[in-house]
Amino acid sequence: MSTPYAKLPAWADYGLIPLINLSVAFIVAGFVVLLVGENPFRAAIILVEGAFGKGTGIAFTLFYATTFIFTGLSVAVAAHCGLFNIGTEGQAYIAGLGIAIACLSFDSVFPWWLTFPLAIVASALVGALWALIPAYLQAKRGSHIVITTIMFNFIAASIMVFLLVGPLKPVGSQAPQTRNFFAGAELPKLNWIIELFGAKIRSAPLNVTFLLALVMAFLVWLLIWRTKLGYEMRTYGHSPKAARYAGISETRIIITAMMTSGALAGMMALNPVMGDQHNVAIDFVSGAGFVGIAVALMGRLHPVGIVLAAILFGMLYQGGAELAFEMPAISRDMIVIIQGLVILFAGALEHMFRPYIQALFASFSPRSVGMEAVKGKGA
Amino acid sequence: MDVFNAIVQTLDSTIRLSVPLLLACLAGLYSERAGIFDIGLEGKMLVGAFAGAAAASVFHSAFLGLGMAILISVAFAMVHGFASITHRGNQIVSGVAINFVAAGSTIILGQAWFQQGGRTPALQPGERFEAIIWPGAEAMRDVPIIGPIYAELISGHSILVYIAFLMVPFTWWVLFRTRFGLRLRAVGENPAAVDTAGISVAWLRYRALICTGILTGVAGAYLSMVQNGGFVKDMTAGKGYIALAALIFAKWKPVNAMFACLLFGFLDAAAIRLQGSPLPIIGKVPVQFMQALPYVLTVILLAGFIGKAIPPRAGGVPYVKER
Repeated sequence: MSTPYAKLPAWADYGLIPLINLSVAFIVAGFVVLLVGENPFRAAIILVEGAFGKGTGIAFTLFYATTFIFTGLSVAVAAHCGLFNIGTEGQAYIAGLGIAIACLSFDSVFPWWLTFPLAIVASALVGALWALIPAYLQAKRGSHIVITTIMFNFIAASIMVFLLVGPLKPVGSQAPQTRNFFAGAELPKLNWIIELFGAKIRSAPLNVTFLLALVMAFLVWLLIWRTKLGYEMRTYGHSPKAARYAGISETRIIITAMMTSGALAGMMALNPVMGDQHNVAIDFVSGAGFVGIAVALMGRLHPVGIVLAAILFGMLYQGGAELAFEMPAISRDMIVIIQGLVILFAGALEHMFRPYIQALFASFSPRSVGMEAVKGKGA
Repeated sequence: MDVFNAIVQTLDSTIRLSVPLLLACLAGLYSERAGIFDIGLEGKMLVGAFAGAAAASVFHSAFLGLGMAILISVAFAMVHGFASITHRGNQIVSGVAINFVAAGSTIILGQAWFQQGGRTPALQPGERFEAIIWPGAEAMRDVPIIGPIYAELISGHSILVYIAFLMVPFTWWVLFRTRFGLRLRAVGENPAAVDTAGISVAWLRYRALICTGILTGVAGAYLSMVQNGGFVKDMTAGKGYIALAALIFAKWKPVNAMFACLLFGFLDAAAIRLQGSPLPIIGKVPVQFMQALPYVLTVILLAGFIGKAIPPRAGGVPYVKER
């Protein structure tokens, strides 16, 4: 047997194993809640009620999910090409600069439906360009993409701080942020969709970017599984050697994958900047890029999985805020732990339970794991 | 004389600021030389800092604090080992996970146990490592040139500072003059050869990670028990990543690591000192530029423009025996 793991039926591979991994992550998180001296079951109930109990909660959950769909897709596109883009955070942060330029120039002239496309292009372009340099260095000079993208996160943060306390700050203002946008750069809310179902909503920032995120999820699916380029990316991700042998240009494929990834990361900035705060402020990404890693891993790099995982993390963020309110001992940082545990169990320890599940399947129905076929051929 | 004093003071803070980088960098050296990428240096330092300050203030002993810092940090290193050695998981994913768990749990537990907004109680004398004044330091202070150098630069640091700098020759000796070191380097270059020689690849890599855990624990303890009189949330503030950058900058060699960390420490010290004041010729340098410089330098190095940084060959690849 050359591969360490035998095949499982698809529903077990894509449903059962992620579910088990996720449950283990939440059980460990439950122990942390116990350690703090609170009841984990009550905490879970408050969390779910806070996220889905009221219309406002649902709207907030979907608002956070929008952000995570973008960053999750960004990490996934690079991952299909075998690249670990840990720089989503920095690409989204620097994309705030592109949005700032687009919005500050046009918000008093254009209505939102003209500013929005301009801002989309600007954010995607800046995000993609920020990913270009690490991609080029990886393709041409063999510098490890993980290290360079980490470095670029810090460089992006330094540049943004420099700009926001200096050139981009309005004269006479103390806060390190741009001036507030005019109505021409404020995106319309989508709360009426939830209100259609009869729920009441007090101000929630859910906006049209959510629809853009869903469109992007569809386009990513199209790109990865229905185009030649996506096929080449997946080939390179599986085996760079095979890709080279098939005549796929390494440089071209790495750079396109990373720039797509960077563009998706950049678009994430639209949601908080134009949909909620209406300005570009210091640290507005606040870790959403890293959440993308957890989301992509949990969604098993498939857009449908990513949208579901993003909604789950949106629920954690929104419910976590409610939880911090009800249980003062548990602040929102609890989510950071859960996020870490999800990355650990759904990512690094992905295969921990697989042998046991395989053994279980084999004992019930040997055919489901392809045992008979192997015996028959004597392999 | 003023200029001279300013230089000595800047160099003194350079030493203080490079110590956590140096310890973390050497920690990374052990694991990366053994073929295990470790993005989780940051997280292990953070839990070390928290465990050290928490234990020191509860048990009123600096050494118990240091011990606890090392213990918890090693425990996190073992989680990394369990995921990336035993279960052959992605080492980078595992490191990222450790950083998140560390960042979240230190705040949550700190708040639950001490109720000071994620801080630990301020450490009292005896609960932190005090500066060691070398014999004659005060008497020498007035001697020109040598006096300030002896009194400021050499004397007057805590024991962890001296340990950190002694770790440099020690690490060199372990890696290049002992059997363990030879095997550790071999397992990072060609684990199959080590396996063929009848030595357990997994156990060797676990031992390398134990070394990593010990050193990140000391680095964390230095942050919370020497540099700062207690734990503050997110107090590592990216130092683990700078240490990683320094490790690449040093091309995975212990003595180079010391110079790389001193350079990055100096940039930090200079940034603090120059805040707002203009330089001759260049004029005013933005603080953010100085802060970004270590990262920019590392990227330039990685691009191969200042020599070539070649990582250990088997780095990041889980070892599968059957192949």
